[in-house]
Amino acid sequence: MNSIVSRAKELLENKSVQVIVGFEAGPTGKARPAFVTYPSKTDILIFDERCVQNLAVYLTKKEVKQFGKIGIVATLPIMRSIMMLISEQQVFAENIEILGVSTEGKYLDIADIQVMQGYIEKCDLSNPSNDQETLAMLNKMSMQEKFDYWQNELSTCIKCYACRQACPMCYCTRCAVECNQPQWIPVQANTHGNMEWHILRAMHLAGRCISCGECGRACPVNIPCHLLTMQLADQAHKYFNVYAGTSEKMSSVLSTYEPNDKESFIL
Amino acid sequence: MCNNIYTPYLMQIEDIIEETSDARTFRLKFKNPDDAEKFSFKAGQFGEYSVFGEGESTFCIASSPTRKEYIECTFRKAGRVTNALANLEIGDTVGFRGPYGNTFPIEEWEGKNLLYIAGGIALPPMRCVIWNTIDLREKYKDITIVYGARSVADLVYKHELKVWEEMPDIKLITTVDPGGQTPDWKGEIGFVPMVLEKAAPSSENTIAILCGPPVMIKFTMPVLKKLGFQDKDIFTTLENRMKCGFGKCGRCNVGKVFVCKDGPVFTNEQLLTMPQEY
Amino acid sequence: METTHKIIRKHSLEKLYVTLLENRKIYAPVKQADNLIGYQYNPAFSEVTFDHLQSTLSVKNVVFPKVENLFYYTNNKTDSTVKGIDLEKFPEVVLWGAHPCDTAAYDVLRSIFCWDIKDEFFAARLEKLVVIGLACHKSDALCFCTSVGLSPDSSKGSDILLVPLNNGDYKAEIITEKGSRIVAESPEIFENYGDETVNVTVVEQKFDHKQLTSKLSNAFEHPFWLANSLRCIGCGACAYVCPTCACFDIQDETRGKNGKRYRSWDSCGFGLFTLHTSGHNPREVQSQRWRQRILHKFSYMPERNESLGCVGCGRCSRACPVDMNIAEQLQALQSI
Repeated sequence: MNSIVSRAKELLENKSVQVIVGFEAGPTGKARPAFVTYPSKTDILIFDERCVQNLAVYLTKKEVKQFGKIGIVATLPIMRSIMMLISEQQVFAENIEILGVSTEGKYLDIADIQVMQGYIEKCDLSNPSNDQETLAMLNKMSMQEKFDYWQNELSTCIKCYACRQACPMCYCTRCAVECNQPQWIPVQANTHGNMEWHILRAMHLAGRCISCGECGRACPVNIPCHLLTMQLADQAHKYFNVYAGTSEKMSSVLSTYEPNDKESFIL
Repeated sequence: MCNNIYTPYLMQIEDIIEETSDARTFRLKFKNPDDAEKFSFKAGQFGEYSVFGEGESTFCIASSPTRKEYIECTFRKAGRVTNALANLEIGDTVGFRGPYGNTFPIEEWEGKNLLYIAGGIALPPMRCVIWNTIDLREKYKDITIVYGARSVADLVYKHELKVWEEMPDIKLITTVDPGGQTPDWKGEIGFVPMVLEKAAPSSENTIAILCGPPVMIKFTMPVLKKLGFQDKDIFTTLENRMKCGFGKCGRCNVGKVFVCKDGPVFTNEQLLTMPQEY
Repeated sequence: METTHKIIRKHSLEKLYVTLLENRKIYAPVKQADNLIGYQYNPAFSEVTFDHLQSTLSVKNVVFPKVENLFYYTNNKTDSTVKGIDLEKFPEVVLWGAHPCDTAAYDVLRSIFCWDIKDEFFAARLEKLVVIGLACHKSDALCFCTSVGLSPDSSKGSDILLVPLNNGDYKAEIITEKGSRIVAESPEIFENYGDETVNVTVVEQKFDHKQLTSKLSNAFEHPFWLANSLRCIGCGACAYVCPTCACFDIQDETRGKNGKRYRSWDSCGFGLFTLHTSGHNPREVQSQRWRQRILHKFSYMPERNESLGCVGCGRCSRACPVDMNIAEQLQALQSI
């Protein structure tokens, strides 16, 4: 991935950015996030099929922001996350440089946010096909079967909140589960409380999830919790005809009201 | 009933004193006389106070161990539990676990002058040791209390400040931040560190006990050093977040030191050896 | 007591299992539908796995459940009452086939829960536990038990340790009185041990923990922590899968007037863990929390509890979504 390395080196050398957030290869063969601050260290940057994590999560992390301007290696889901973060005013376009990577893994020259937007618009923004298949299977189930499926899956949740922490859109410094006056969600990890947590998380991501699947990947006990938010991404598209993370001026589907909104989902 | 280390004593609120707009004092009595009989504590120790359904909150025991019939605590309405405590009435039940933690070494202080310095809601953790030493008055030399708050309305224990003021062998200096005074305010106006510097108590044969918000501690410490106090003669209490109170839950540690077991009372000499994580 | 060595033939294992199951609960590892290894109560013997590298979660929940009820209360304003938990009613459990890192973790947990005041819940559960360990014939690059003073066939924490033999049978090391009582219940299963060779994996030593501990005593301000925790996203996966992490929260849960106070797993990696009500947070950023995690296990605990806070199972590194590889970091810390 010479172009990522050379672009990263260039950005650091001419001080356009103070840190590059990209991927490196760990000693056990896993790819992992890397933070490069010196041009001479850019050689550690890699990009291959192992590099699937959504790096946009670091754009709102205090210690990373402290470096200054950030250059970030961005695949489509990362670009969409960045777009969402800009539209929700958590990140400012002038504080980031994009080192784009196409869905085929090729380096993309992304000069600015408008170019990125143009690229995103040309891509297929629906859920990844294997997840679509699982969702289709779940959607065929009866209400009871669906409930049983999720109850079974969520019973193993240990409430480590890896799903939340891995998600770029879960940037709240105090999550709703941590608000205790009143205590909305039980602190303990029992089946009932786990379900409440995952429903709450999904609802807070409705229309904001960009279908990267990071929450499911992060889960140490393999709960496919990404299917919940992906289902809602599907619904947002179906009912509001929007995909999250496609414009820097996007307003959230669930907190914006328009006279011509369809209301068929209200019972 | 199988009680365990997490089961609180049941206490009844015998009296409530509204100290400020958001701080109140409870006088608590053991519901079970056997518990009262067995219970004893020393100045500086703390407890876990609970409202069933809301949880537990940590504060020092604010009454003196020399007064055995009850314990008192003073708290400011801030979080979930203290808000619930603020809604209780006389006669209601409060859970109490304790006493936990170490104590002020008042035996070692015998024959010395005592200088108490407190800010705002940090007088309660010191009130216990103040009364304790006043009740044993003949064992100590001069006792000076410097107490400040943002405004007159924010001073806690107003009735006791009067009592201390009238005691001939106690020197009390009260102060409020500039702008916090009322027309009839007779005390000092200014921040605690400045007032302390002006009063310039001697460090000779004197122990300083300091409790207050971090910013007050930060600016008072240099004044004490300037007055000649040695780190080993400056005492303070740390207030880290806690759950269990006895060294298990892993929350309050500062390096290898458990605030709940090795503290809450520390000398500045000890604090200087600890990582800045409090 | 002195350890004695016996043999259990492969075909006798089921008999032992069934005998134990007659009057006890057994907690044993099985391969779950999602291919992860998890422990279950009383699985059929045919489901029990002997071949796994490691379960996803540790077995600390047997003595430190993810939720432990502490007492029940009735909130009646002027006459609220509390009702304790009967610790005698905790069931007798046989932990079957736990690897040496997991069994050794009970000693570490004991040093946390039973130093000074004894935590009765932990102690009562441990008292009722019989541990049948299983030495490892498999390991991977993330295992590092040999770096923390253990080994793939360490008997620490086991009452009986099964060590796989090359011929498919198991050597049974009878370590404690609890273990002897199991043998006494079905003596015919335990045959005399000759000199059959054992099939135990080799785990390469990655660092010297004594040297590391002495290094860490002065490492609090080192830039290492920030540089090596930038990618940490602050979830609790490492702490929750860890066999020795014991930090907990205490909460109330009420329905109407009745409720319970319970403790549940917590993690020092969470931002709110040390947050004061005032808004002040002694460990405000993730690098401070990562430092706490490492220093607690490798500096504070050895100095305070005379026990290292890690058994080298490598679970945290396997569970970490961002490859925070603890052994790699410890190795690096040894030479800062």
